[in-house]
Amino acid sequence: MKLSVNYEIASTHILTRKKQTLVAAMGVTIGIALYIFSNSIVSGFGVYSKSNMFKSAPHLRIYNKDKVSQPLFTSGNNVVVIRNPKITTLTNNIVNPFTLLKDVKTEVYITFAAPQVNVDMFYINGKSQLKGVGNGVNILEADAMFNIQSTMLAGNLETLTSDLNAIVIGSGVAEKLNVGIDDNLTVSSAQGVRKIMRIVGIFSTSNKGVDESKSYIHISTAQQLAQQSSDYVTDIYASVSNPDEAEIYATQLQEITTYDVEDWKAANADQLAQDNMLGTMTPLISFSIMLVAAFGIYNILNMTITQKMNDIAILKANGFKGKDIIRIFVSEAFIMGFIGTLLGLTIGFILVSIMQTVYIGPPIGYFPIFHDPNVYATGAVFGLVVSLGAGYFPARKASRIDPIEIFRK
Amino acid sequence: MNRDIILKTIGLGKYFHEPQKFKALDDISFEVSKGEFLTIVGKSGCGKSTMLYCLSTMDTDYEGELYIGNEKATGKSTDKLATLRNENIGFVFQFHYLLPEFSCLKNVMIPALKLGKYSEEEVESRAYQKLEMLGLKDQALKEASKLSGGQQQRVAIARALINDPAIIMGDEPTGNLDSKNAQIVFDIFKQLSHDFGQSIIAVTHDNDFAKASDRTIEMADGKIIDHHKIFEL
Repeated sequence: MKLSVNYEIASTHILTRKKQTLVAAMGVTIGIALYIFSNSIVSGFGVYSKSNMFKSAPHLRIYNKDKVSQPLFTSGNNVVVIRNPKITTLTNNIVNPFTLLKDVKTEVYITFAAPQVNVDMFYINGKSQLKGVGNGVNILEADAMFNIQSTMLAGNLETLTSDLNAIVIGSGVAEKLNVGIDDNLTVSSAQGVRKIMRIVGIFSTSNKGVDESKSYIHISTAQQLAQQSSDYVTDIYASVSNPDEAEIYATQLQEITTYDVEDWKAANADQLAQDNMLGTMTPLISFSIMLVAAFGIYNILNMTITQKMNDIAILKANGFKGKDIIRIFVSEAFIMGFIGTLLGLTIGFILVSIMQTVYIGPPIGYFPIFHDPNVYATGAVFGLVVSLGAGYFPARKASRIDPIEIFRK
Repeated sequence: MNRDIILKTIGLGKYFHEPQKFKALDDISFEVSKGEFLTIVGKSGCGKSTMLYCLSTMDTDYEGELYIGNEKATGKSTDKLATLRNENIGFVFQFHYLLPEFSCLKNVMIPALKLGKYSEEEVESRAYQKLEMLGLKDQALKEASKLSGGQQQRVAIARALINDPAIIMGDEPTGNLDSKNAQIVFDIFKQLSHDFGQSIIAVTHDNDFAKASDRTIEMADGKIIDHHKIFEL
C-alpha cells in the first residue's frame, strides 16, 4: 500500500472532472479505433494480395532467360562490339532438368519443387481463336503450390492426373470462346501441333489477364504440343519456408544454377509497390489522427493546470518537488490515454469483426480483414506513448510554476 | 542566549529587477528561538512578505545566509529545499489555499503522505487528532470547499501542523477572518508555541495580533527598524 500520494492526487483530479477526462479520452479512442481499423484493412489486403499472387506466381522460379549474343573474345585494350546483336537462345528449356530439380530439392529452405512445361498455344472453337499459355503440370503438385482448387468454379482438377486430353481453362477463355464443362476445345501450339481437348474444369483468379489466357494440361501433353521429349522442362517452380525472404533464397539458389532464378517479389513488383504505398500512407494518416488526439489531451491538461495554479503552488509550498508535480499531471494524461486506448482497441475490434462478416462476392469472398495482434499491440503502445508525450509538456510547465508569484497576487 | 535557535539569517538582502532595480530587503539579520511566537509588522511594501518567502525557502534569489535548524538552507537545490519544507515548515496563508476537491481530512493528510514517515493509517489518525484539536473533527470528511472561511483557515492550520514542523509560517493568517475567528487562530498559535514548542513566524497587519505575540519585528524599506522584545524567559 505504497501507492504514492502523487497518484492519489492525480486520480482525484481525474475523478472530479469525469467529463473532461472522457472528452480527452474520446480523442484517443477515435484515433486508436481508426488506427486499428485502417491498419487491419491494410494488413488484410496485404495478406489477400499476397495469397492472390501465390495463386499464379511461385515463390521462386528457375527458367532459361533469353540471352543476347556476346563477343567470344576480348582484344587487348580494344573494345569488341557486336553490331546488331541477336538473341542467341535457341530453345527456352532447361537442359537436364531432373538433375537440377534434385539439387534444388536438397536445399534446406526449399519446401517443395516441381517442373513445369509452358507452351504457347491458341485455343480454337470453330472460327474463334484465342492466344494463351498452356501450363503443363503434374496437377497435384501444382495444386499444392498454387491452391488451384480454391479458384475452381466448376469441374474436377483430378481428372488431369490421368486424362492426357483433359484441360482446365480460365473463366475468361471459357467466356470468350463460349465453351463449358465437357465441351471439346481445339488447341494449336506454336510448333503447329493440334489436339482436341476435353474441358474438365474452369477456374477464376481475380486477374483478368490470367483468366483469359491460362490453362492447365498434363505435363506430357504439353511436351507433345511442344514437340519435345519427356525431359523437356521450361520452368522449375519452388516453394520456400518463408516467402517473405524469397529474394534471399533466390540469390542462394542462383549459386547452384546458371539459369535465372526469379523470386515472386520481382515478378510482382508493381503490385507490391502499390501495397507498399498503401502501407506507408495508412500509418501516416493514423499518425495525424493521433496527433489531433494528443492535442486534445494537451489542451485539457493545460486548462486544468491553469485552473490549478493555486493548488500547485500550495503543493510546492508543502514540500512537493518539481518532479512530483510532473508525475501528478503525467499520470493524469496516462489515465486519460489508458481509458482512451482501451476504448479505442475495443471499438477497433468491433469494427474489424463487423467488416469480417461483410461478403463482397467472388473471387474475393468475405472482406479481406483480420485481427492482427501486431496491429493491436502497436496501437496500444502508440496510444499510451502519445498520451504520455502530450501530458509531459503541460506537466513540465506546471512543475516550473513559482509558488511565490502565485502567493503574491 | 541559552535557547535553541531554530532559524537564523545573516545579512539577508534581496533585489527586485522589475520594473527597475530596487532593494527590497537590506541586511536582515535575526534569530528565532524554539517555541517563540514572532510577528513581523510594517507598512505595505516594506518587504515583510518578501522576507517571509525568503525564510520559507521558496524564494532562493537572495543574498546572505539562511539557516533552518542547524542546516544551512542557502545554496541547496530546490528538491532538497522541498524536502526541508516538507519536514520542518508549515504554512498558513491569508487565502487558506486548500485543495478544493479533497476532503478536509485528505487536505490535512497530504503533506504527511508526501513525507512518508508514517503509514497511511497512522497519518489518518494523526490528521484526526489535529482536526480535533482545532475543533473540526465533525467536518473532517466534508469537501474543503464546502466549509466557511474560518473553518477553512483552521483546516489549513491543521495541515501546517501535520508533520509537527519546527516552524510555522503565516502570511497574514488572520487577514481574511472576522475578529472571532482571528482570536481562535491567535489562541491556537499561542498554544502551539508555548505548549508544543513550535516557533511561529507570522506576517501581519493586525496590531492586536502583533502585540499579543512574544516578539514583534517592525520593518520599513526592507530593513528591520525595531525589535519589540516582550518574550523573556
